[in-house]
Amino acid sequence: MPETLVFYLLSGIAIVASALVIGQRNPMYSVLLIIASFGALAGLYIQLDAPFVAVAQIIIYAGAIMVLFLFVVMLLNAPQEDAADWDRTHPLRRPAIARFGSLLALLLVVQLAWALIRAGGLDAPVAAGAGGAEIGSVRALGRVLFTEYVFAFEATSVLILVAMVGAVVLARREGES
Amino acid sequence: MLALIPLFPLLGFLVNASFGRRLSKNLSGSLASAVMVASFVVSVMAVVDLAGLPAGERAIEQTVYTWIASGDFVLDLTFRVDPLAAVMILIVSGIGALIHIYSTAYMHEESDREYARYFSYLNLFAAFMLVLVLGANFLVLFVGWEGVGLCSYLLIGFWFRKKSASDAGKKAFVVNRIGDYAFVLGVLLLFVRFGSLDFQRLAGLVSAMPAEEGVFGVISIATLLLFIGATGKSAQIPLYVWLPDAMEGPTPVSALIHAATMVTAGVYMIGRNAVLFSHAPETMMVVAVIGALTALMAATIGLVQNDIKRVLAYSTVSQLGLMFLAMGVGAFGAGIFHLYTHAFFKALLFLGSGAVIHALHGEQDIRHMGGLKRYLPTTYWTFLIGSLAIAGVPFLSGFFSKDEILYETFHEGHTLLWLMAAVTSLLTATYMFRLVFLTFHGERRHDGAGHLHDAPPAMAIVLVILAVGSALAGYVGIPHALGGHHQLAAWLAPSFQPPGSAEGIEAAAEAPAVELTLMAVSSAIAIGGILLASFIWLRRRELADALSRRFAAIYTLLLNKYFVDEIYDAAVVHPIQHGSERALWRGFDVAVVDGAVNGAGTIVAEGSGLLRRLQTGSVRAYAGSMFIGVIVILGYYLWR
Amino acid sequence: MIPLGHYLFVSAVLFAIGTAGVFMRRNLITILLSIEIMLNAVNLTFVAFGRQLGTVDGQIIVFFVMTVAAAEAAVGLAIVIALFRHRESLNPDAFTSLKW
Repeated sequence: MPETLVFYLLSGIAIVASALVIGQRNPMYSVLLIIASFGALAGLYIQLDAPFVAVAQIIIYAGAIMVLFLFVVMLLNAPQEDAADWDRTHPLRRPAIARFGSLLALLLVVQLAWALIRAGGLDAPVAAGAGGAEIGSVRALGRVLFTEYVFAFEATSVLILVAMVGAVVLARREGES
Repeated sequence: MLALIPLFPLLGFLVNASFGRRLSKNLSGSLASAVMVASFVVSVMAVVDLAGLPAGERAIEQTVYTWIASGDFVLDLTFRVDPLAAVMILIVSGIGALIHIYSTAYMHEESDREYARYFSYLNLFAAFMLVLVLGANFLVLFVGWEGVGLCSYLLIGFWFRKKSASDAGKKAFVVNRIGDYAFVLGVLLLFVRFGSLDFQRLAGLVSAMPAEEGVFGVISIATLLLFIGATGKSAQIPLYVWLPDAMEGPTPVSALIHAATMVTAGVYMIGRNAVLFSHAPETMMVVAVIGALTALMAATIGLVQNDIKRVLAYSTVSQLGLMFLAMGVGAFGAGIFHLYTHAFFKALLFLGSGAVIHALHGEQDIRHMGGLKRYLPTTYWTFLIGSLAIAGVPFLSGFFSKDEILYETFHEGHTLLWLMAAVTSLLTATYMFRLVFLTFHGERRHDGAGHLHDAPPAMAIVLVILAVGSALAGYVGIPHALGGHHQLAAWLAPSFQPPGSAEGIEAAAEAPAVELTLMAVSSAIAIGGILLASFIWLRRRELADALSRRFAAIYTLLLNKYFVDEIYDAAVVHPIQHGSERALWRGFDVAVVDGAVNGAGTIVAEGSGLLRRLQTGSVRAYAGSMFIGVIVILGYYLWR
Repeated sequence: MIPLGHYLFVSAVLFAIGTAGVFMRRNLITILLSIEIMLNAVNLTFVAFGRQLGTVDGQIIVFFVMTVAAAEAAVGLAIVIALFRHRESLNPDAFTSLKW
């Protein structure tokens, strides 16, 4: 019983926070709200016997990526959604768009829900699966990561290197060496 | 050995065509003549060999190589000489050699390069003509057939910088082509029906069939198509219109191609396929009628022409008509006999006219000639002999051959045709002697300066030789009625029979009395014509002018050759040109084809112009479209 | 014992929210944030399924997704900075040079 309550609470926070994210005018608020959402998600991960992933979520996502976002927001002194000349006349600015977008999102949710319902077999409780808490342990994770998925692991490290180089190059001012 | 006969001139062609411009005139001319003489020598040897064989088996064959081997059908490049081909190769190589020698003098004023070009074409022509007559099957014959057509075009348009000459060459080629189209259809029809193109084989297969009575049998249609081809090549109605224009070419060319050899190819072809034609009486009738009509019509036109070569050209058409008449009534031997004698005197007449033109430095209008008898004796006497021969004066060659045609026509019961031929003979004598009298007799009307020199030796010798031939050539064909043995007919007869049949002539019931009577009639006609001509053009010139004024309409009609060319122009040429331009070019090529191609391009351009508007450059629009796309696809899969 | 479907439903909603955000917002940074939301929704799906099937592969995938998301965020933000320098604006509608 308490589990279910916790689940509803956490998922509620996640959903509400995300909805608010896309509704904010000030990107600073959006970032902060999304951090809240990620936190809730981390809680959900713990409920799913994935402690390592939960911690990684907090450290990497909420801790590193979102901080990066904050840096950029503050660096650019990101203006509010502005009202430049060409902006006023842009067809996509009309309020109808916002409503349209929401409608589409609703449509998507309905479709996905329908798909889920039709798929069936989703009533089985999650925690009833075999393996229990051992699945998400660091040991299990590490073993699989460095044996079966070692190629992907190494490739990802190269990817990160490339991303670093790319980010540095892209963000350089022109004229600098 | 047979292959050498066409091979020698071919070699002459190759040498003159490749190196001609570097050779001196003497060299190229002598070479060309030498190969022709060599060809003649080999021909004589072949004929001697042939004569040594027993009469029923006179045939020498030589297969050069297998040309087509496709499934069951095999066709070889085979040369075959039999009595008919023997006569032809002697004519072509012999008279050809003489004309080559004549040309060395006649064409002397051309540049080295043009001289060599002329002889290369002439040699090539001889090679093809020999291939034509030696061919043992339709395909080899056709190679020669087309080849001589090509050389005719090249030689008629030899002075191609002159527009009239190149036009004449084109006209000859195109008109010939029309005939060739029918010819090929005929050949194909024979192939489809009989599965073979070999002459011997075809003769054997056809002889086993009964003669066709109606017009719609395969043989009748095939032979009719072949005959249409012959009308093109041998200038009969309706495809004769190219021959008068062909006089634009050098005179020796007219002598060789358009008198002695190429135009006789059609006659030869019918003779070669005598068995086929004999089995198609309707076609034979057509041949005879067209032959007689052409003969008469051409003779009437020749009567009023003023260009010396034109008169001779129409005369050729007319004499060819007589040959076809002979073939059409079944007298194949007579037709070939006349072909043989005609080769002599017609070549002689043309070469004589060439000497006249040469002496007068290019003048060809007989109204500006006259009194040349004094200045050009050799030319005059040889020309006179040739004219007597063609008129059919007794005991010259033309008398025997023409007379045989007339007799056979009458004997087979075609009285109307005989009458047409007789009138033609009268006209022949008349126009020929009109030519002689206007050119050589009377007052000198030529207003050129300087003295006229007679033919140079090379030309004179040839003229003399041909004159002797014109006089004596007929003696191989003295008919039985006069006590002769008609060696030529006996010699030729096996060629017109199916292979393996009994040798010897089918001795048709001969009527010596009728023959003698007709002979007398023809002689009278000939002499009468000469007297008529002498009366009008020798004594009373003004009578000719008076007559032409009195019968002005007829005169104009004849002078303008019955306006046939104009009719063809209006009825055939202009509609085709017009139609091509309007319908085919503008209507189809420009509108449809170009339209389709350009249209494809335009469609692509327009389409991409439209599609281009998708690139709004707005990222949000793209995101939006992706979003919608996802929903649609998801919805689609859910729906299923 | 929470049924799998519940998790998946949450994930679906989050994903829809993220997509709507990408479409509707006119601020580049917010758009990038919406993309992150979408990625997280997917992560949740993976973990839930992994737990359901009793395998660790689900979490491995999440591991890699997070890494790639980090790299992508870094590069994306660098691009945003470069774009900002050009136009002094974070509105995607300002960048229309790819227009036909």
